Amino acid sequence: MSRIKEAFKNGKALIPFITCGDPDLETTKEVIKEAVANGANLIELGIPFSDPMAEGPVIQGANIRALRGGITTDIILDFVRDLRKEIKVPMVFMTYSNVVFSYGAEAFISTCKEIEIDGIILPDLPFEEKEEFSPICQKYGVNLISLIAPTSENRIAMIAKEAEGFLYIVSSLGVTGTRKEIKTDLKSIVEVVRQNTDIPCAIGFGISTPDQAKKMADISDGVIVGSAIIKILEKYGKCAPKYVGEYVKLIKDGLS
Amino acid sequence: MKQSGRFGVHGGQYVPETLMNAMIELEKAYNHYKNDLEFNRELEELLNEYAGRPSRLYYAEKMTKDLGGAKIYLKREDLNHTGAHKINNVLGQALLARKMGKTRLIAETGAGQHGVATATAAALMGMKCVVFMGEEDTKRQALNVYRMRLLGAEVIPVMSGTATLKDAVSEAMREWTTRISDTHYCLGSVTGPHPFPTIVRDFQAVISKEIKEQILVKEGRLPDAVIACVGGGSNAIGSFYNFIEDKGVNLIGCEAAGRGIDTFETAATINTGSIGIFHGMKSYFCQDQYGQIAPVYSISAGLDYPGIGPEHAYLHDIGRAEYVSVTDDEAVEAFEYLAKTEGIIPAIESAHAVAYATKLAPTMAKEQIIVITISGRGDKDCAAIASYRGEGVHE
Repeated sequence: MSRIKEAFKNGKALIPFITCGDPDLETTKEVIKEAVANGANLIELGIPFSDPMAEGPVIQGANIRALRGGITTDIILDFVRDLRKEIKVPMVFMTYSNVVFSYGAEAFISTCKEIEIDGIILPDLPFEEKEEFSPICQKYGVNLISLIAPTSENRIAMIAKEAEGFLYIVSSLGVTGTRKEIKTDLKSIVEVVRQNTDIPCAIGFGISTPDQAKKMADISDGVIVGSAIIKILEKYGKCAPKYVGEYVKLIKDGLS
Repeated sequence: MKQSGRFGVHGGQYVPETLMNAMIELEKAYNHYKNDLEFNRELEELLNEYAGRPSRLYYAEKMTKDLGGAKIYLKREDLNHTGAHKINNVLGQALLARKMGKTRLIAETGAGQHGVATATAAALMGMKCVVFMGEEDTKRQALNVYRMRLLGAEVIPVMSGTATLKDAVSEAMREWTTRISDTHYCLGSVTGPHPFPTIVRDFQAVISKEIKEQILVKEGRLPDAVIACVGGGSNAIGSFYNFIEDKGVNLIGCEAAGRGIDTFETAATINTGSIGIFHGMKSYFCQDQYGQIAPVYSISAGLDYPGIGPEHAYLHDIGRAEYVSVTDDEAVEAFEYLAKTEGIIPAIESAHAVAYATKLAPTMAKEQIIVITISGRGDKDCAAIASYRGEGVHE
């Protein structure tokens, strides 16, 4: 059984997204500890990519800051190996196909297994291309997380049937970034998902306020919060951990 | 599992889920209309009556004599309406988009030629048009920015990353995920996710179809070599496509070496890159060992791209086409050479192909034939080349 399920077993899950190395790994580590201490149930760790196609300006900025700081995939894998001594909640990587492909899929995914990374999210790897990595992910028991978008329509059932870990439901059209309103009929999407799989589904993209998080969690199993956290890192830099902790608590308290 | 649009291991559809239904819809529409008589009749009429096809295959007699080797023909895509081969693809895609009920075209552009062509087609067909262009490129191709605006397009300077062509592509894709229902992404090269490399190749294949017919009329035989410049590779694949089965025709793509393939300031993807997955496709890319895409460089904004189309990657893998590199200096010399020798000012992109031909022709016999595709005209480059030579030109 996937360990990711544990994140969803005590009520609605809160999944913060954090880009590794923004602005440095010491800060990343403190941010993760604060997030977990304040109720985060699963951590989505971003491995930066030079050209993150699915990201809005905020997360693009985090990728640039981290890469300028000299971060590499190897440094991040070592960092997580060390981090695992303290952090026990499920963790997944979020990155782009080229990062995994260039490292060598087998080398990358087997290391994920070794350092107890539970899943991988690749926003540029749709259902039709998942064979690129899914056989290796299955070999090592690392979940390849599938995404469903507002435009998925007739594809939802097909994706849900083969999904592992949790389903990442993209709340709106466009790229990541906070939004004033989420208008997509997510309830209908979740209904189709439920008819086709019993794995949990979490909604992400554009969620920043406790009110939004509550609304999204009410119709799903959890929420992913990315840009709102990155904005705190952008604003406070090395002093961000405490503020991220406060923010995570605010959102988490709103979910229950 | 269905794997679409593969050229050997290259190609594929590595795009966000948000775009997948748009890809499928586009593929279905294209597969329908490519065999539709009415569509083909309309497209041919646009190409001939509006864009000025067929383009000339011109015997460059002075250049041939000067180089003292193979006979040189120039495929004059620079004479097309809007001044480059880009219009071939754009008219096809704009017509397809209109048939699909789309009312808005978005595009990326490097040198501005594809942006100008897209803005032109949008004006002609009464569609809205938004062009993404790296901020760096808006400066070195200021004239084309004005042309696009004059044609009614909105030009959005892209500040992210290196502020060049790759960032313009990323931003156009981001924009497409935001607004799909009324918008077609009119991709300008044989790059990106399936079905774009196939669609763009088919619309550009008119170049080699014409070369073949024209050379058979003029020479009664096929050429020994076809040479074209390669960034993403649309004019090159267009020039190569109908010769791929003719094994006696050498197909040569000229990549931009920038300041040299032994420097970091290069855009020569096949010569310096490695296999990767980016911008929707598996192909060769300039990147570091961790797959971070390299900030490439070339004097030519149109070749300043860290990747190459998947079909080129495949032609390279199987050894059917050869990919050579040409430096900024060599391209600028060829730019000036063609102007002085034949009275033709080529685009700085096309000058890369001319440069390699000037090296190759003298090594070949007089009976042999080279065709160089002059993919665009060089008016847009005059100010930049003048400044490269230390001359000030007020645009």
